[in-house]
Amino acid sequence: MIEYRIDRRSGVATYLQIVQQTKQALRLGLLEPGDKLPTAREVVEATAVNPNTVLKAYRELEREGLAEGRRGLGTFVRGTLGHGSADSALRAELAAWVTRARAEGMEKDDVTALFTAVIDETFEDKAFEDETSKGDGA
Amino acid sequence: MTSSAIEATGLGQRYGTRWKGRWALRGCSFRIPTGRVCALVGPNGAGKSTLLAQAAGLLLPTEGSVRTLGAVPSAARERIAYVAQEKPLYPRLTVDETLRMGHTLNPGRWDAATAERIVEGGTLDRGARIRTLSGGQRTRVALALALGKRPELLLLDEPMADLDPLARHQLMGILLGGAAEHGTTVLISSHILAELENACDYLLLMDGGRVRLGGEVDDILTAHTVVTGPAGDLGPHTVVESRTTGRQLTALVRPDGPLDDTWQTHAPSLEELLLSHLRSPDAPPLLTPSAEAEPAALRKAVSA
Repeated sequence: MIEYRIDRRSGVATYLQIVQQTKQALRLGLLEPGDKLPTAREVVEATAVNPNTVLKAYRELEREGLAEGRRGLGTFVRGTLGHGSADSALRAELAAWVTRARAEGMEKDDVTALFTAVIDETFEDKAFEDETSKGDGA
Repeated sequence: MTSSAIEATGLGQRYGTRWKGRWALRGCSFRIPTGRVCALVGPNGAGKSTLLAQAAGLLLPTEGSVRTLGAVPSAARERIAYVAQEKPLYPRLTVDETLRMGHTLNPGRWDAATAERIVEGGTLDRGARIRTLSGGQRTRVALALALGKRPELLLLDEPMADLDPLARHQLMGILLGGAAEHGTTVLISSHILAELENACDYLLLMDGGRVRLGGEVDDILTAHTVVTGPAGDLGPHTVVESRTTGRQLTALVRPDGPLDDTWQTHAPSLEELLLSHLRSPDAPPLLTPSAEAEPAALRKAVSA
C-alpha cells in the first residue's frame, strides 16, 4: 500500500502530486499490477485534502492506463512503468557509480548536477521526449 | 445540473432598526451544489457568520431568501449540522452526557463510531464537565456532535480557530473522510485561507456583505491570469487589480480572448487571487455557472 505525502508549498497541483507519487512507486516496483490503491477516504483522512482531488488523480491514472476502478472494490494498479524497479541491475550499477563519484570527492550537488545534465542530453532525442512529456502533461 | 445544497436569492440581513441599522449582508445570490466542500472566506465583518446562521435556519433573513437542501432551512434542520463560532454546548453536562444527548436527539441518524473517534482523538476526560474543558477540547466535542449527526449539509463557522496544528489536521481528515464516504456538503468559514486551500474544491469569497467570487476553485483560478509588461492598455480584459512600478505594470485580469504577446503571464495562486480581490473592492464579482442562483421563475418551471 502506498502512502501519499502532500507538499502544500511545492507549487505542484495536489492531484498531480498523487499521480506523480503513484508513478514513482510504480517505477521503483513498490506498486505492482493487482495492488490496491488506498481508498479516497483513506487518503483524505491521512492528508486532509479534498476527496475530489484524490478522485481526480485516480481518474488521471485510469486515463493513462495505469490503474482501474472496480465498482465497489476500489482502485487497482493495472500497468507498470519503466524498468527501474528498486532491485534491478541498473540500480545496482548506478549505486556503484554514485559510490565511486563520492570516493573521488564529488559533493551531492555535483553528482545531481552531472546526473541531470547527462539525462537531459540523452533524452533530447525526440522519441524519448514524446514519451516523457505525455506523462507530465496537464 | 446537480441539486443545490444552498441557494440564496437577493439575501440580506440588517442588524438594528430600519433607521439606525447596519446591513451585514445585502443582495447575495449564489448557489452551492451538493457534494462540495466549500470554503467561505473573507475578512472580518464580511458577513460569513450571518450567512451561516441564516443557512442553519437560526436567523430569519431581512430580505431575500435562502434554501438549504431544497427546503426552507427550518424544515431541513434534521439534515443540517451547524457549529457556531462560540461552540455552544451545555456547560454542566459531561463529555459522555453530551454524546448521549447527541444520540437521543438524533434518533436513527446518530453515528456513534464517528463521534467516539473524534472524542477519543484528544486527551479528554469523558467524565469532565464541558465548562472545565479548554477551547480546543470544546471544539472537539462540538465537532463530534455535528459529525455524529451524519448531516447532509455541514455548516462550520471558524471551526479550526482554537485547535493546535495536529488536531486541526486530524479533524480535517475525519471531516473530509466522512464527506468522501457519505457525499456530505460542507461549508466551512475561515479568514485563514491556507488551512482550507487543499481541503476545499469550491469557494465563496465574501466582502462587505456581498459575494465577490463563487464557484469551483479550479475554474476560478483558470479564469484569472497575472500579466506583467510595459505599462499600457489592457484592452477588452477585465482588470481586477493593476499596479504600475516605473514603466512596468503588473495586473490580475480575467482575460476576454487571447492576451497580447507583449505580456508575460502566469497563473495566480489562490491566495494571490483572493488578496487582489480584497484590495480591489470595485472589481466586478464573478460566479461560475454552477454557482449562479437560478432565477425564481425558472425554478418554479422546473419543479412544476
